[in-house]
Formats: sequence, C-alpha cells, structure tokens
Amino acid sequence: MVATVKNWPPTGAVVNLGSSVFARSMRDQGANVYEVEWRPPARGRLELIRALDALEGREDIDEANRVALERYSSAQPVLVGIGRARDVVPGFRDRMLLHAGPPITWERMSGPLRGAVIGAIMYEGWAGSAEEAEKVAAGGEVAFSPCHEHSAVGPMAGVVSPSMPVFIIENRAAGNRSYCTLNEGLGKVLRYGAYSPEVLERLRWMADVLAPVLAKGIELSGGIDLKSIIAQALHMGDEVHNRNRAATSLFIRAIAPYVIDTGYPLSDIRRVLEFINGNDHFFLNLSMPAAKAMLEAAHGISKSTMVTVMSRNGTDFGIKVSGLGDRWFTGPAQKVKGLYFPGFGGDDANPDIGDSSITETAGLGGFAMAAAIPIVQFVGGTPEDAVGFSRRMYSITLSENRFFSIPVLGFRGTPTGIDIRKVVETGILPQINTGIAHKDPGIGQVGAGLVTPPWECFEKALLAFAERYA
Amino acid sequence: MFKRLTIRKNAYYDSVALMSLAQEVQKLPGITDALVGMATDLNKDSARAMGFGGPELEEVGPGDLIIALLGDDAKSLDGAEKLVVARLEKKAGAGKQDARGHATYSSLAEVPIGEGGIAAISVPGPYAAREAKAALRRGLHVFLFSDNVSLEDELAVKEMGRREGLLVMGPDCGTAVIGGLGLGFANKVRPGRIGIVAASGTGLQQVLAVIDRLGEGITHAIGTGGRDLRREIGGITTLMGLDVLERDESTKVKMVISKPPHDDVRRRVIVALEEGRKPAVVCFMGEEGGLSGVGAGKVRFAGSLEEAAVKACSLAGEGGSREIYPQEQIEAMACELAAGLACRAGTASPGYLRGLYGGGTLCEETMAVLARAGIDVYSNVAWRPELFLEDPETSQAHTCIDMGDDYFTRGRPHPMLEPGLRVPRYLREARDPDVGILLFDVVLGYGCHPDPAGVMAEAVREAAEIARRGRRKLVQIAVLVGTSGDPQGLARQEKVLRDAGATVLSSNQAAAKLVALLLKLECKQ
Repeated sequence: MVATVKNWPPTGAVVNLGSSVFARSMRDQGANVYEVEWRPPARGRLELIRALDALEGREDIDEANRVALERYSSAQPVLVGIGRARDVVPGFRDRMLLHAGPPITWERMSGPLRGAVIGAIMYEGWAGSAEEAEKVAAGGEVAFSPCHEHSAVGPMAGVVSPSMPVFIIENRAAGNRSYCTLNEGLGKVLRYGAYSPEVLERLRWMADVLAPVLAKGIELSGGIDLKSIIAQALHMGDEVHNRNRAATSLFIRAIAPYVIDTGYPLSDIRRVLEFINGNDHFFLNLSMPAAKAMLEAAHGISKSTMVTVMSRNGTDFGIKVSGLGDRWFTGPAQKVKGLYFPGFGGDDANPDIGDSSITETAGLGGFAMAAAIPIVQFVGGTPEDAVGFSRRMYSITLSENRFFSIPVLGFRGTPTGIDIRKVVETGILPQINTGIAHKDPGIGQVGAGLVTPPWECFEKALLAFAERYA
Repeated sequence: MFKRLTIRKNAYYDSVALMSLAQEVQKLPGITDALVGMATDLNKDSARAMGFGGPELEEVGPGDLIIALLGDDAKSLDGAEKLVVARLEKKAGAGKQDARGHATYSSLAEVPIGEGGIAAISVPGPYAAREAKAALRRGLHVFLFSDNVSLEDELAVKEMGRREGLLVMGPDCGTAVIGGLGLGFANKVRPGRIGIVAASGTGLQQVLAVIDRLGEGITHAIGTGGRDLRREIGGITTLMGLDVLERDESTKVKMVISKPPHDDVRRRVIVALEEGRKPAVVCFMGEEGGLSGVGAGKVRFAGSLEEAAVKACSLAGEGGSREIYPQEQIEAMACELAAGLACRAGTASPGYLRGLYGGGTLCEETMAVLARAGIDVYSNVAWRPELFLEDPETSQAHTCIDMGDDYFTRGRPHPMLEPGLRVPRYLREARDPDVGILLFDVVLGYGCHPDPAGVMAEAVREAAEIARRGRRKLVQIAVLVGTSGDPQGLARQEKVLRDAGATVLSSNQAAAKLVALLLKLECKQ
C-alpha cells in the first residue's frame, strides 16, 4: 500500500530548525526561509518530554481547552458597584487580611507585604502603632488568605482589609463576580508597603469620599463595560498593566457625567475626578478584576491545561490551572529586570510581587506589549523587541483573542490562554510587565520593568497534570 | 559637588524612554546622580530630594521636561547634557530597522508557513522526531538531516507521514533537491528529466555531479535516510517518493540509490518500478550491475554511482551517453602516476593507501571497488570484521576512514562543513614512511564549506613537502564532487587542487579504479 503524497510539489517555503548554515544556503538559492532559533523542548529534560508526549494529540484535552477559552471569551466583565470588602467579598471574615499571590505566613512575607499588612492593621484600628501591628500580625490573631481564593485581586502587596471599599465586577455572561480595591496612586502607597500617616489618611478619604461618590456614579450609569474600554485602550497605547493612561481617560469619559449627577457636594466631586485624573494607573484596579472575572469563568474545566491564575506574593510565584482545581504550583518569585527611579538600584528591589499578572494571564499586559511599544524601554529595548515579546507569546497560548487586538500586528488578536504544555515544551516563559517595590516596608515603588515566572511552576503543574490525566 | 537643573518647556517625551536615558546618563564618569523626566509631582519630589528647588521647579508641570544633574565638575555636567539632548533628538527620529532584515522565530508554532512547505530539521537526534511530527501536523514535508534518531522513532514519524500523505526525508538525510531547491548538502543541478530517490547523501551528490557533467538535469532528488530500505522501515519513503516521480509529468527516468535492501523490501521496490510506466535505474551499492533482478523490463541495475548516473542520462537523452572515465583513460593516468609511486621498504609492493573521506558512501564505494580487485582495506566502517580498525585514530596497511562517522563528529562539526578537521590526520598519514597514496574527497554544494579545495590544497602542499624532506614519493588523489553551478565554483576548486599537486578526478569510482591499478603495480626499487 502506497499512500499518495499530497501538497506536491512543495510551495518553496521552508522552515529551518537547527543549523543556520542550511537556512543561509537555502536563502542563497532564493527560497522563502523561516528560521527558528531552536532550543531543546522542556529544557531538554526527558521526564517532561515524556509527560508532554503523553498529553499530545489528545482531543479530550483540546475540547476541554475549547470550553475554557469559550467561557473566557464570552465573559462580559462590567463594573457594577463598590462595596465594603467584609460585606461583599466571599469568604471574608473579621480579623482577616487578603494578600496578593499564593498562601504565605507572616514569617515568610517580604518587606513590602509586611509593610502593607502593618498599614492595614493600623487602618483597621487593630493596633495603634507599627510595632504593635507587627506583634498582632506575628501573634496569629490575623488570618491571612490569598485574594485569589476569594475571587479578588490586588496589585503589588494586594492587601485588602475588611472595611476597605472594593470594586465589584460582574461577568454578565456567567454571573460570577470579582473584586479589587481602588487604586491609591503612585509614590508612598499601601500596595508598595508604605504605612505612614499620609498613606492611611488617603485610604480613609478613599473609603469616606471616593468610594461613595463613585459607587453612586456607577449605580447611575447602570454599569460600565470594562471589556470594551480595555479593547479600545489597546488601540491607544495601553497594555492595561504597566500603562493605563488611555484606559483611565476612557473610564473618566464613561463615569464623569454620572459622578456629576450624584448630588454629592461639588467639592467632593471635584476631588474625586481630580484624584482619578491625577493617577495614570487608576484603571489598573479595574483591568485586573476584569481579567479575573473572565478567567475565573474558565477555571475548573476538567482536563483543561489553560492557566487561570499567575500571581506573586513577593516571596513565591504561584499559578493555577483550569483542570487542576484549587492547587497552587509555586516557585521563587524572580528579580525584575528594569529601570530604577533616581537614587535606587537593583539592591533595593524586592522580588516580583502582586496579582497584577492576572492581566498577562488574560492575554493583556506583557502579552499585549506590541500595543504599548514605549514600555519596552524599561529594559532598554527597541520597538522590534516589543513586537517580538508579543509575537513570542503566541507560542505558548491556545488562541488569539477574539476581542483584544494589536494594531501593529495587523489587528491580530492578543495571544490568549496560556497552555502549560506549550510553556514547558517551548521553554518560553510568560512575559510580565510590572512595577518594582522596595524590599523594605514603607518606601514604595522604586522602578518598573519586565519579569517572568519561575520555571518550576510550569514544570510542577505539567507533571501533576500528566499524573492526573495522562 | 556641581549641580544643574535644565528645564525644557512643553517638550513631551515618553517616561519610559526618559528612564532608560537617565540610567545611561548615571553611568557617565563624573556624574553622581541624574534625573531626566517629565515634571510630574513624583519627579519634582525626586528633584527636590536631589537638592534642587526654587520657583523655577515649582511652576513647571507634566508637559515640561526636567533634566537634573549632579556631578564632580562642570565639564561632566556639560557632557551629560549634550548626551541627553542628542538622545532626545534621536528618539524623535525614525524607528530602528532590523539589521539582518530577517525575522527569526522561537518555535515552529510561531512560524506563519502554510501547508505544503518543507521543514528542514537538523536538531540533535533525541529531539528530532518530535519536531518532525509537529511539522507533519502543520502539513509540511520533512527533510530530517538529524542523525541519532532511534529506529522506533523513524518508523513512527514515517508512518505518520504516510497517513498524512507527506514525505519524510530522513533521518540522517544529508541531501535532497526538491523542485530545484537544495536541502542539506546539495548541488546546484539544472532542471531535467531524471527523478531520484536516494538513501545516501554523498552518493546522491556524486550522481548529481555526473548528471550535471553529462549535460542532463533532474526533476527531484528525494532523500530517504540510510535505513529506509531496512525491513523495519519497509521502504516507506522510497515507495512514496517513487510514486511522486511516477506521477510527475516532467520525470522521464526514475533512479533509486541505496545500500542493498532487505529482500522483502527489495521485492516491493522492484515491483513498484516494474509496475510504473517509466524506465528506471537502480544502484544498490556494492552489488554488480547488469539486468539481473526480479524483473527484466523497465529496471536496469548499475554497479556504481557513476554507472547509475550514466545509464539514467542515456535513458533520458536522445543518444547514448558514455562513462566519464573510460578504462583506457584510467590506465593512462596510472601509467603517468606510476613514476611518483614509492615502494614499501624492502618490498616490491607500492606504499599503502590511506583514504580520508568526508562522504561515507564514497568511502564505502572505494572499499567495494578495491575489494573486487582483491585488495583488503581496513576501515572504521569495514563490513568484514577482520578489516575493522580497533582504533579509528590509527591506520594500518591500506586504510579508508569515514571521517563523517559518529566517532569523529561527536562534539565536532562534520567534515563536509569543516574539511580542515581532516588535515592533522592527513599530515600524520603523510609522515608514515609506509604510505604511498593519499586519497580524499572534496564535496561542493550549498550547505558545504565555502572553500574546501583551498583547505585541502594547503594540506596537499604540506604533505608533499613532508615527503620531499623524507626523500620519499607520494601520490595524492582528490575526488572532487560538484557541479558547474555550485557556489564554490567547480573549475576554480579543481584548479586549486591541481596547482597544489593533487591528481583530481570527478568520479569516485574512477578514482578507486585508479588506486586499484596503482596498488597492483610492481615496484622497482
């Protein structure tokens, strides 16, 4: 039996994997050559390659991923209100603090997370001074729990205390909700571990004035469609992680008319609008829970290899996989490669921290870098690098986004749905844009740059997945 | 400590660009701290922390640029400011161009290639089968140069290719020419009427060189890898390749080149050829030519690569082609070289042959020709156990070495890429007083070394000098495998070798016959 050869004669296009001598010689002959800078799969580890092979060509896994992606894609995250964390966040208790990243004890917390915990304890009035707050935190009286285990997300330290106001985002397609605090602005802020009186003062103003005024405005608006703001912002130079300038502006356009109609004193309205206007990152605390609402809808699909959480607490980096339930797969949080504010350098930096990598998990942030080319200069890169960063992410994702697109790539959908198999196979780690926190509590942001998760997360997740489903 | 604050009103730059610029400035000698940024509250605070102040700083806003510098002297500050200005002006200009102009990709998945293209794979063996399967899933034909692929993996990949209707050329496939495009080590050949399926890279190159010399050309030369006609693989690629050639309108003559196959597979190949409409030439290397075989209709057998090429050209052409080196010519060459041939001390026998080959098939062909002439040749790839070299580094009596064998290529480039790696061994053989003939191949084509003759010509000169100093005689013979269209320039490569003192032949079989004649000569002391 001889099979008839199809696609013959070949088109003349060649992809070269391996020696570039051959790529050159084929180019010399006038061929259209695509050159792959080949590296061994799974970092050359045969145990992982075996696991990959066992999961290869599995239609049931492909089908599970299709379902997960469909739930992500059809999600409609809408800002529907603001509530008190204790009242609205599921599973919240008194004397509980939520934090970014995978679970962690006080003893293992890094400086900025400790600082934020101290600040939150003082903010709640559980202690009168920083020293006292440390004792409370170390004494086991406060329960620590990851935001992600409560459908919530928080940038940097991500600390949420019971009386803080939180945005409520509802996925109108599936009905699930997500939560996030309101963004405090730059400089000395709780999320970077600062807890000086001005920090706590601002938090109080945010709870007393900002939250109620905005809550009323949101109510009057009937809900604000975050997905469409994000899609537009990507065409205006944002990737909604490290650059939120356009999205914040679009948010103001959407909310301002309703804020003016709230009936609050004009001085309050004015301060509220000025506060949002003066903070290019205000929208970060909306892009994050929007991403969370979309991804949580895709979580818990048996046999799906899609990553639904990537998150860091300043000590560990953790991921979750749709088909692997509540399990975290962790490794050490990495050092951020980036630029520092004047007076600071690499020795001052804390390892990677925050839930904001939920944006990358959703096909935004570093994955949409080609939409926000100026950001690449955080690592001294070129516009070509920015395009390269996004392009590379297509190698580790399941699909191209149906909603979010990148103009410079011919409006190609952003790379979306990280597949643990593809990460391990290619050895390409997700690209994350992020801020850099000072390692000591109370100092704040010292720079910004690019970082990746540790390899271990994906290695552990793949082996666990193969053990369960192979 | 010197300090300077410069403000540029209404001059907007992206903050990220400014941060990288500030970092560059901070590294300048004589500069202790630098801030280059838009006058946001945050940056104004930073400027204050550096010791700047006053109304000038108070009144600027986020649309204004501030350049704050601290340094050891005014000159350092001047330099830093100049750099900032120069950089900012450059940033306003056009974006950078990719220097090479070619995009590179980090994985096959990323490459926007459509079905019906070819994946040329030369990655390390243990990973090659995976990549090949991924390419097949993309609807690509596979050219698999990689060696060290297990037989199980080869079978799995080829069976997958057969299911998908895609050709898997390899593993360990050195050469293919598909639609005029050379893959691996491949010669430039004009379009013609001969279609080839070949299990050997250098064997195929030799055939292409002869076809080119005889003025014919090819449609496709499909590589299969050396194990395709083994029983375990069953000739999957060979049979698919022959089917392609049968259907191809331009192909008038089919050719198969391989080591002798397993009997079952041989039958299948011959039946396929007999059932086709077109005449065919088969060269199972090491076997005799003639019309023997299963059938006796459309299939002609050739006893050597040169003979196979000549027969195919003859079938394709209007008139008959003749061999490149008729026997009389080889005999004449032997007579000419006899004067330069040394005898081994105390014997009437010519000095030993030492052959150093980059092309494994050529090496084997030489040993086969000499074996037929009754001459035993030791080798690292000998098929008779008593002729197998214990130590591939040490020659004994007549020896031919395949220097492309695993032993020599582990952690080192293949001699086709780096012919110079043979030179130390070549000179060592030249120093052996019992050696009378040095033989080597020079293989041209795309993918091969840019000047292999130049490299070996140096070695030839040095070997001649060694012999001269030892008052000895040395015959040096080069087999030059290439076509007139090859990028190295066939005529120029030949001249370089001749100028160095080597005898150059374009057919390995002829060279082997010449050596056989020389070794049969009786020496005059």
